[in-house]
Amino acid sequence: MAHFIDRRQNAKGKSTVNRQRFIRRYKKQIKKAVSDAMSNRNVTDIDKGESVGIPAQDISEPLFHSGRGGRRERVHPGNDQFSQGDRIPKPQGGGGGGSGEGEASDSGEGQDDFTFEISKDEYLDLLFEDLALPNLKKNQLDKLVQYKTYRAGYKTDGVPTNLDIVRSMKGSMARRIALNAGKKKKLKALEEELLTLKNDKHDHELDIIRLEEEIEELKRRIAAVPFIDTFDLKFRNYEKRPVPTSKAVMFCLMDVSGSMNQATKDMAKRFYILLYSFLSRSYKDVEVVYIRHHTIAKEVDEQEFFYSQETGGTVVSSALKLMQDIVQERYPSDVWNIYAAQASDGDNWAADSPQCHQILATSLLPIIRYFAYIEITDRQHQSLWHEYEKLTAMHDNFVLKQIKTPEDIYPVFCELFKRQAEVQ
Amino acid sequence: MKKIQGPMLSDGPDWTFDLLGDYEKEIDRVAKSYGLDTYPNQIEIITAEQMMDAYASVGMPINYTHWSYGKKFIQSEQSYKRGQMGLAYEIVINSDPCIAYLMEENTITMQALVIAHACYGHNSFFKNNYLFETWTDASSIIDYLVFAKKYVSECENKYGVTEVEHILDSCHALMNYGVDRYKRPQKISLEKERERQKEREDYLQSQVNDMWRTLPEKAKSESSEEHRFPAEPQENILYFIEKNAPLLEPWQRELVRIVRKISQYFYPQKQTQVMNEGWACFWHYHILQHLYDEGRVSDRFIMEFLHSHTSVVAQPDYNSPYYSGINPYALGFNMFMDIKRICNEPTDEDREWLPDIAGKDWLETAHFAMKNFKDESFISQFMSPKIIRDFKFFAVEDEEKDSQLTVSAIHNQEGYQAIREKLSSQYNLSNLEPNIQVYSVDSKGDRSLTLRYTPQNNIPLDKSYNEVLKHLHRLWGFTVKLESVSEKGVVKALGQCPEVAEE
Repeated sequence: MAHFIDRRQNAKGKSTVNRQRFIRRYKKQIKKAVSDAMSNRNVTDIDKGESVGIPAQDISEPLFHSGRGGRRERVHPGNDQFSQGDRIPKPQGGGGGGSGEGEASDSGEGQDDFTFEISKDEYLDLLFEDLALPNLKKNQLDKLVQYKTYRAGYKTDGVPTNLDIVRSMKGSMARRIALNAGKKKKLKALEEELLTLKNDKHDHELDIIRLEEEIEELKRRIAAVPFIDTFDLKFRNYEKRPVPTSKAVMFCLMDVSGSMNQATKDMAKRFYILLYSFLSRSYKDVEVVYIRHHTIAKEVDEQEFFYSQETGGTVVSSALKLMQDIVQERYPSDVWNIYAAQASDGDNWAADSPQCHQILATSLLPIIRYFAYIEITDRQHQSLWHEYEKLTAMHDNFVLKQIKTPEDIYPVFCELFKRQAEVQ
Repeated sequence: MKKIQGPMLSDGPDWTFDLLGDYEKEIDRVAKSYGLDTYPNQIEIITAEQMMDAYASVGMPINYTHWSYGKKFIQSEQSYKRGQMGLAYEIVINSDPCIAYLMEENTITMQALVIAHACYGHNSFFKNNYLFETWTDASSIIDYLVFAKKYVSECENKYGVTEVEHILDSCHALMNYGVDRYKRPQKISLEKERERQKEREDYLQSQVNDMWRTLPEKAKSESSEEHRFPAEPQENILYFIEKNAPLLEPWQRELVRIVRKISQYFYPQKQTQVMNEGWACFWHYHILQHLYDEGRVSDRFIMEFLHSHTSVVAQPDYNSPYYSGINPYALGFNMFMDIKRICNEPTDEDREWLPDIAGKDWLETAHFAMKNFKDESFISQFMSPKIIRDFKFFAVEDEEKDSQLTVSAIHNQEGYQAIREKLSSQYNLSNLEPNIQVYSVDSKGDRSLTLRYTPQNNIPLDKSYNEVLKHLHRLWGFTVKLESVSEKGVVKALGQCPEVAEE
């Protein structure tokens, strides 16, 4: 007799550990594929995983097997035209050979990539494996700015809406049992006694009256115990607990003056994508504010930010001022974690750079978590760089880096956010 | 056939555990009446996801952790999601009790088919075929896998995941060379295995040291010709490594052993695919047909069954877009049906070609065939001209130097014998896997290990051998060489690892 077992409820994902082993083993290739895929994404488009391709050759498991050539003979079914001794031209692409079960992974065939999906979490894990948010630890207390109510047991008074009926009824029952159990026991004993007296042939008039009085008294006392008492009432208790704010805002500042071409902007975009994805891992909601500027700054949407072209001079301070205004207006720094990344080719109107320095030093840097300045140019450092360089000494939440080619982006990003421990 | 009265079983289409039980009872009754001898069945219902898990670990309910299983899982998950691949209706494991997985999605008809096919067909094959009897121990395999999984994970904790992975990778590369084809393995139970494992560690290490102890002392006083090690070429490379690799740690030897044991367990399956599937199809067909004749299953049931059955045993022609070699289900099923036909209604041709079985009792003959053969010998013993005609078999010869293919035999009087031989050798395992053996160890010199490849029909070894040599080198620890020996006995060096710098 067979034995049936319903396994459907068993834990799924028996293969998860093997899958993780696979990802672990090919981390290098997958990481490469992941960072290559960066450029094809929108800044805020990180809610999905990524399709990762690694060269099939890298993951093949070698075995001894026969190669092409030699003499082979195969039997095939369904002969419809051949007689013994017929000569057939060899089919192109070598369908004729192949040993065994025909898993023809012979070299010479096009090497397909082994493509598979990784989840969003796996994707981000790979992308930001060794990175940590700067200044996070030091400022952690600052982040305790929001309160969240949560359940915290029961208390004996409160508003009726918070009354917990089940708890209260339990209390009531317990109290009634506690107060009445002894009396009921006694009552039962008396009633039995009364019954025997009544059934007795002898006359016990007086005893019966006494007993009846006692019983009456007990019943009265039992009835006097209230069904529910204020003592029974239990109210749900709520307390407020401070939580780190889950809100972050990321300012993307970019120079769109004539000197910035599309290639430069694309590099900037990739940097922003990385930053956004990275922040999303630490904060529940990340808002993005795009500020573009030439001589005047303007808040725009993503499309316009990256793809519309304008010409004009460059006044960086205009963007910083706008950012300052927006922060004051919409993103108070006690509620929001503010990050900013500025990308520019470094051109700035010479007289403006000291002004930028000043705005940053006095009003922006004290209230924001992090400010990264990316100079995308393969030329010498420009005026803005030199001005900014002075800031780094005094503010450790200000960094600046230079990117020359797209390949620099990820390494630069990693360098900026490298775990503190490694830096020290 | 005598009708047994009984209520007709519901034809679903949905199944319930009660209904499955009813069907199983009926199938069991019929199977017993045909003399099928099986392990007890353990039937497990699983979901599609769990089926993919099972795929990934080569069908085993439990296995050690390795990235290649993750790769397989990702592959099957991908192709399943894209709809390139349907999942099997069942997986059955050669164990005692015999574990069969049924997919939740199947209709009751499919479940009945699968129970008849796997739990009675395959199961009786596992229990009675001589190869399985010789090479596998159904009662201990699950325990052994549990032991292996635990051991591997202990090693990972002790020596690191990467270290373990390296060894397993290298063993996997040699997995097909883990069987002594001419020696019977010992059966072993889990407890003994555990006990022994400890002793073995110490013992093996001492053995290995022994072998190398004779190293330089006796220099070259005696003739250097004598005493080649190993005395005979060894085809079981993994076994040779396990016993003789000089530098392996005891735990590494144990890992080699684990891979070797598990590959040995699969060894019979590779060689009995046609027979095993044919036998299972033969029996699901007979059992369900029998139930229908008795009036226990409905018309709708049998129609649905026949629909699946015909598509399983269909053989696309060589020029069909669906053609991917000979369908083992089709060939096996038809051959067993043919054996029955030859027993029951032999023609003169059958009497000439298969005098031993023509007119015999079909049930006995079919059981005899199932028990005592593997694909290769089964075909050369039982393939009748009728089968060759029905399949319209023809043989094509592909000579590398020739610019054209030659049709060397077809399904006619002159060709029957040739087709039978060629098809039989097509299932000969040594034709499928290159013949590579351990030839010698230079135990007095640089400790290098030499393998020899003996090509058949001048078929060269695929270039990937270089990669395999690297793995072998990792296990052996010293230089590994590969040579090929031509039919005339000319020895040619193919490669070695580590490679020597060209001068």
